[in-house]
Amino acid sequence: MFRWEPSQDAYVIMYPEGIVKLNQTAGEILNYCDGQHYIGDIVAGLTEKFDASESFIFEQVNDFLEVSYGKGWIKITS
Amino acid sequence: MAKVGSKLRLDGNGAPIWLLLELTYKCPLKCAFCSNPTDLDDLDNELSTDEWKQVIRDAKNMGSMQIGFSGGEPTLRKDLEELVEEANNLGYYTNLITSGIGLTIKRLERLKKAGLRHIQLGMQSSEPMTTHWLSGVDCFDKKIKIAKEIKRLGFPMVLNVPISKINIHLVPQIIELAAEIGVEYLELANVQYYNWALINREQLMPTQEELLKAEAQVIAARQRLGDKMTLFFVIPDYFEGRPKACMNGWGSIHLTVAPDGTVLPCSQARSMQHLNFPNVRNQDLSWIWHKSNEFHLYRGDSWMKEPCRSCSEKTTDFGGCRCQAFLLTGDASNTDPACSKSPHHSLITDAVKQANNSSKTPLIAREAGWVDLSAQS
Repeated sequence: MFRWEPSQDAYVIMYPEGIVKLNQTAGEILNYCDGQHYIGDIVAGLTEKFDASESFIFEQVNDFLEVSYGKGWIKITS
Repeated sequence: MAKVGSKLRLDGNGAPIWLLLELTYKCPLKCAFCSNPTDLDDLDNELSTDEWKQVIRDAKNMGSMQIGFSGGEPTLRKDLEELVEEANNLGYYTNLITSGIGLTIKRLERLKKAGLRHIQLGMQSSEPMTTHWLSGVDCFDKKIKIAKEIKRLGFPMVLNVPISKINIHLVPQIIELAAEIGVEYLELANVQYYNWALINREQLMPTQEELLKAEAQVIAARQRLGDKMTLFFVIPDYFEGRPKACMNGWGSIHLTVAPDGTVLPCSQARSMQHLNFPNVRNQDLSWIWHKSNEFHLYRGDSWMKEPCRSCSEKTTDFGGCRCQAFLLTGDASNTDPACSKSPHHSLITDAVKQANNSSKTPLIAREAGWVDLSAQS
């Protein structure tokens, strides 16, 4: 379960017997993972928001999505 | 493989992020390792549905995120679905911790609809005889049936099998059974010695050899099963030389509410009978967590004596378990005797030595509080 937790001022992931509190960028990336967006959408959205090059953000987003996939937080839909 | 985020840190920013509701102490089983108080089976002043809902709402406002419905056997409460629904609507991740006895297909479907996210099913063994021996009830077939129904309905499931001398030789078979049912997590947690388990310690404690053998079997199974199932094997702190970081520290991230509304820093803390734990019927939950004397007593490290006070590991294990320190040494502010630095560590090493001798004392089943299964529809 992924949602915003006001008391921690952060996005959290909850699963059996565990909670992961995400930092700002991790939360923003996963917030895009709703089955409706492509990686390009995430990179475009974050490039607009953060002061970093698109290629750097692309690399970071890819790394984090790989981690998230490895942990079973996201699935590949297409 | 995933690397980022592997540095685990538990910190709720001062909030009781993990809330455990012990809805009832009543249970149809009579497990000889039960962690419930040994003298409170007949407790009949359980909180009402509305009182539980108030607890659920108050804790949410204090930052609770994970909620566990436990007991006793929580499915004996007819309002379980209603409470799960309340918690789910508020945004909790809802966990049911059950023996499976008392669950039916109909109730599972209702719980699913109410928003239950995860079920932790307790089992005793991979076969009927040891199950009966440990739980005092012939319930193996029923548990298997309900485990399969839980999976059929698509719940994530943790199978929890408390490990003791009586079932440790069955670890490979238990792993096979869990894989066959299709559970995501199998927790082989060695019995911790509180309450009924402490009474039966001599009968339940495995030898070091038995533990090492079981651990090797778990490691082999992990390699064989890969990602299909996550296997936890928790060595009892009696064998580790260092105490467990119990509850991540007293009053740090967890609170338990007992059936009668007594609020505890962990479900075992009631064994400290010299403490007068506050109750939600008399005080506000937030006041209890933030201001009450009982929750402040062992919070942080200013209460620590030597050898904890000057120990470099005090921020890792928080001096271990206050309940264990109290139960074994008589003073809850002593270092947990599970620590080899504790002057009372011989209490632990002697118990371990004793485990090597074959025990002649009988296993004592949890007796009172027994609920006649045939009386339930």
